[in-house]
Amino acid sequence: MTNPRSLPRTADNLLLAAVGDGTRAEFRGVVKDYGTNRVLHGVDLDVAPGEFVSLLGPSGCGKTTALRVLAGLEQATEGSVYLGGRDVSRVPTNKRDIGMVFQSYSLFPHLRVIDNTAFGLRRRGVRPAEAHKRAGDALDLVGLGHLADRYAHQLSGGQQQRVALARALVTEPRVLLLDEPLSALDAKVRVQLRDEIRRIQLRLGITTVFVTHDQEEALAVSDRIAVMSAGRIEQIGTPEDLYLRPATPEVAAFVGLSSLVPGVVSHGVATVWGQALPLQSPLRDGAVEVFLRPENLRFVGPGDPGIGAVVHESTFLGSFRRTVVRTDDGHLVRLQHAASDHVEFGDAVRIAITPSPVAVRPRPTSTQDDAEA
Amino acid sequence: MNGLAPRPLTRWIIGIVVGFLFALPLVSTLLFTLKDGDGYSLVHWTSLFDPAKAAVFAPIWVGLGNSLILAVVTVAIVLFLLAPTMLLIALRFPSFRRPFEFLVLLPITIPAIVLVVGLAPIYQQIGRTLGTGAWTLAFAYGITVLPFAYRSIQASIDAIDVRTLSEAARSLGADWFTVVTRVLAPNLRPGLLAASLISVAVVLGEFTIASILNRQVLQTGLVVVNKIDAYASAMFTLMALAFAFLLLLIIGRAGRPSAGKKNS
Repeated sequence: MTNPRSLPRTADNLLLAAVGDGTRAEFRGVVKDYGTNRVLHGVDLDVAPGEFVSLLGPSGCGKTTALRVLAGLEQATEGSVYLGGRDVSRVPTNKRDIGMVFQSYSLFPHLRVIDNTAFGLRRRGVRPAEAHKRAGDALDLVGLGHLADRYAHQLSGGQQQRVALARALVTEPRVLLLDEPLSALDAKVRVQLRDEIRRIQLRLGITTVFVTHDQEEALAVSDRIAVMSAGRIEQIGTPEDLYLRPATPEVAAFVGLSSLVPGVVSHGVATVWGQALPLQSPLRDGAVEVFLRPENLRFVGPGDPGIGAVVHESTFLGSFRRTVVRTDDGHLVRLQHAASDHVEFGDAVRIAITPSPVAVRPRPTSTQDDAEA
Repeated sequence: MNGLAPRPLTRWIIGIVVGFLFALPLVSTLLFTLKDGDGYSLVHWTSLFDPAKAAVFAPIWVGLGNSLILAVVTVAIVLFLLAPTMLLIALRFPSFRRPFEFLVLLPITIPAIVLVVGLAPIYQQIGRTLGTGAWTLAFAYGITVLPFAYRSIQASIDAIDVRTLSEAARSLGADWFTVVTRVLAPNLRPGLLAASLISVAVVLGEFTIASILNRQVLQTGLVVVNKIDAYASAMFTLMALAFAFLLLLIIGRAGRPSAGKKNS
């Protein structure tokens, strides 16, 4: 139970992960019902040892429930979860050897930071002196060694979540479960801690499942992302995969901010709004839906090829601006453009596509109308 | 300060009037116990320890002993039955909270004299099975203290995130016993302490149920002695009040650190 290697470890850990130090975590056909309400419809997910997988989706999509089933805080109605190849569906939370960081602050108010961090080690029978030493090392890992004697109420939100992370990692658990640990923090701290979590995760080579509703967060840190919607995994893939080739309009809407518009493929070329675009991967001729990424759309002059549109909303995002327009054929399309192109609600504009390879998929006849992303 | 708070002068006047109303009977009682002929002396107070009068005071000492035993058993009921039940409801059955609260607050609306009508036959049964030891009265007292104990404990439960704290502890490898004893109980300490002290105060002040069920407790002892020696019962009443004030003071102290510890 007590691993002789204590935190912090060295850069060798990438290697350790590669030789199988991490643990495989699997969902096999997990169904979860609350009364008559089914919140998980048979989730299958295989997280490789040392992998960082995000469960991404809007609130109520079942991502947190899935994580809680993996943690043993909820029982699956059907199906099972495996850790390290062993079915742990009937193993209680405290015997699963997990580390978890919660959305709400979860430090024990009556204990100092150091005792909070040592809590898991003490439960595993580690002697107080040894537990404090390892807890101190874990706090150094998250950069808070100097706050060991404080209480939770004397720390900022970001510091509390760092301590919670140290507390979850110090026992060297088989998997690290993160349940929206950043959502209570302000934007700047959120980005810092996000990157730090990823750095530590890579360093320790620990299998990690991260629940978030923030696509940017998921894209930034994950090896793979599972996009969830209404209790199902819509698509699993690398961040690039999801961004470039979303499998469904839901994924496109949620992950890449891509827009879906109708087009036609013939002789290996897609035609949208009278513009011919090369295909990312070949497809037989026919009606298709084309994924348009916001950075591949631009405003053009009145005489140029493209399509007329009306500005729906426009948001200033520092170095660039993101604008949603409604095209004359009735589709909502997102553009990302220089902040100097100032457009306002109701402006009549003309947009065109930068000629670069596009992702397409056959257009199911029934979904022609809900192509807006 | 909000606009509804009275001005300092008004507050002082209210304080003095109310203080006077409260103090008048207490001071009169105190003066009464100090009265010695036309002057004042401590003669009645010293007589408490006079071996010659020991027989007169015996009911009070017996009653006090029984009341202390009852206080301990009642506190045990609050700490080991009520508090765990409330935690169970907070963690597992949140939908039971309202009905449970209603049930637990009921005794405050039922006069003791009504309660005792129902309790009498039950105590016949208890007398047959568990005997008529003084401690058995704690079952009835456990019910009468419910509303007071519930309020203090629930305030503490609401002040912390019971669910997240116990889930965090479970994820770190703690079993349920450890969760309750090492994580929840320390954080509920102010509420548990206040509930215990309030229970002690209620038990020491209870007269009706004990009297009708023919039990000897502090209050029934006072009544008995009052008929023989009016000074003695006045002195014990003052001491009981002083003890209750002390308990309230401790409750006030116990509640304060929890307010200071609140997260901003």
